[in-house]
Amino acid sequence: MTALPQKRPSSRPTAIREGGIARTLFQAVNYSVLFLLMLVTLYPLYLTVITSLSNGMDVMRGVVRWRPVNATLATYKQIFKGDIMIYMRNSVFYTVAGTLVNMVMSCLCAYPLTRRTFCARKLFTAMVTVTLFFSGGMVPMYLTVKQFGMMDTIWALILPAAISTYNMIIIRTAFASIPESLIESAQLDGANDLKILFSIVIPLSKATLSTMVLFYAVSHWNSYFDAMMYIRTKSLYPLQIHLRNLLVAGVANEDLVQATGTGEAFAVTERTMRSATIVVSTLPILIVYPFVQRYFVTGVMIGSVKG
Amino acid sequence: MSTVKKAAVKRGSLGERIVRAIRRDKWLFLIMLLPTAYYLLFCYYPMYGVVLAFKNFKPKLGIIGSPWASQNGMKYINMIIRDQYFWRVFFNTIILNLLNLAITFPAPIILALLLNEVGSKWYKKSVQTITYLPHFLSAVVIVGMLNDLFNSTGLVNTLITSMGGDKIPFLTSAKWFRPLYIGSNLWQGVGWDSIIFLAALSSLDMELYEAARIDGAGRWKQTLHITLPGILPTIVIMLILAMGRIMSVSFQKIWLMMNGGNQQVADVISTYVYQRGIINSDFSYATGVNLFQSLVSLFFVLITNAISKRATETSLW
Repeated sequence: MTALPQKRPSSRPTAIREGGIARTLFQAVNYSVLFLLMLVTLYPLYLTVITSLSNGMDVMRGVVRWRPVNATLATYKQIFKGDIMIYMRNSVFYTVAGTLVNMVMSCLCAYPLTRRTFCARKLFTAMVTVTLFFSGGMVPMYLTVKQFGMMDTIWALILPAAISTYNMIIIRTAFASIPESLIESAQLDGANDLKILFSIVIPLSKATLSTMVLFYAVSHWNSYFDAMMYIRTKSLYPLQIHLRNLLVAGVANEDLVQATGTGEAFAVTERTMRSATIVVSTLPILIVYPFVQRYFVTGVMIGSVKG
Repeated sequence: MSTVKKAAVKRGSLGERIVRAIRRDKWLFLIMLLPTAYYLLFCYYPMYGVVLAFKNFKPKLGIIGSPWASQNGMKYINMIIRDQYFWRVFFNTIILNLLNLAITFPAPIILALLLNEVGSKWYKKSVQTITYLPHFLSAVVIVGMLNDLFNSTGLVNTLITSMGGDKIPFLTSAKWFRPLYIGSNLWQGVGWDSIIFLAALSSLDMELYEAARIDGAGRWKQTLHITLPGILPTIVIMLILAMGRIMSVSFQKIWLMMNGGNQQVADVISTYVYQRGIINSDFSYATGVNLFQSLVSLFFVLITNAISKRATETSLW
């Protein structure tokens, strides 16, 4: 394994000893540039939060910049009065079920591809690899889902994306790094491959697998495309579709309010509703993020080694 | 143990050998059963569906039963080649991707180099933690924030008017689509994409720096003659991989950003396929457009792989 950048004590020894004023100047500029980058990264997120907490009319006047203006929780009260809890629950359900299927299927698929004695290994590897470079595309996929009778069901969101071949290959790489001798000795003890997979290979690949859980879960949570294609019933909508509808409707409505000049009384506008929904939909990711952050680098590294 | 097994398999006729191999590997076949079903049903079956591009699709007859299109099945392909709007969409895709690559590819390398010069561990870690974060936001959230910042009452336009300028219709102008798309990609990806280069930087040999210092090379010279050549292989590989993705754009994001005002530059192959195929139910035509895209991507992958094999002895297969 390559050393991880974060785990090294410092990337290059002695930044202090060498260089004179030029070095100090460079470091000052460098630290400032990176500070600016952090600000630029965080500000849009911060602005969204304070927008969601401000009075809608003040937002429209463009005075909300650094802190909430006429702070109010009215927007949050308003959105929780709506159907947002249904969409939230749908999204949680799709994400958990989808990720579970993803992980089981990817592990099942990855393990045989790492067994060097497997007589059909090359055949299955070829089967999987082809899909990286060629796919039927949007329309045949749509017709397939339709033909299998999965339209407007949760299956349409889970089964067509049951394996991401890229992620599966990352898992395969992790599995392949487990010493052959370990597996052979288990075989001598009479364990079959299914048992070896679940009692030896998977427990030894926890770091990579948790990164993959994150990748799969985030992609389920964030996707609106599959739902836009396959889901028609409103009560089955995931959160991202709801947010998308707010976004599309918001632009039109806001212009309307402005054109008619009404609305001094609006504490809650489409704009603040949208911001609040963004906050609510992003919160789960922000909560999980710090806990899984340290695994990222491993996952990304392994992934890039095999393309 | 495995060699003993192999020797055993080699005896007997072909049929016997196959039966014996399958019996020996029965657990592996069993494990592979569900994934194989997945690939056949949801990858290879739709892949076969590409023949739609050469057929007159009749929903009642299904993909297999539908009759071939006229002009020896080439009716839709000919239509696409003559369709001026298709070519506009085709070049929109390529231009958007090349511009995107030119900006979002070097930026993470520069960020990694800057981070590498940071001595303070917690400062470096803070920058990393914060800049990785946007990678995990959804396309809807990104476009939502983009709208908030750049609409007619958004922060950017209020700043412009407060300085005496005229409002700019960022979101609905063709001129501003590409900067907004690429800029938000940069904002979202620069931190995350730097991880791989940081990892490459951390695996460089420290003794080379010692030696250079003894020879009197300053930091700048060290960067130029040790750091950059050291991470060059990583840069080359990442560039080749990026070239292979030249035809794929973020449908989710563009579909949200596109409107009547910017459609002439924003419409790309995937959005066109969605519009024609899914919304207008023009199945054969859209499949043909998609096929075009797949073939061009495949071409790019093969070319870049060949170049990669020659130049860096690294290839995808």
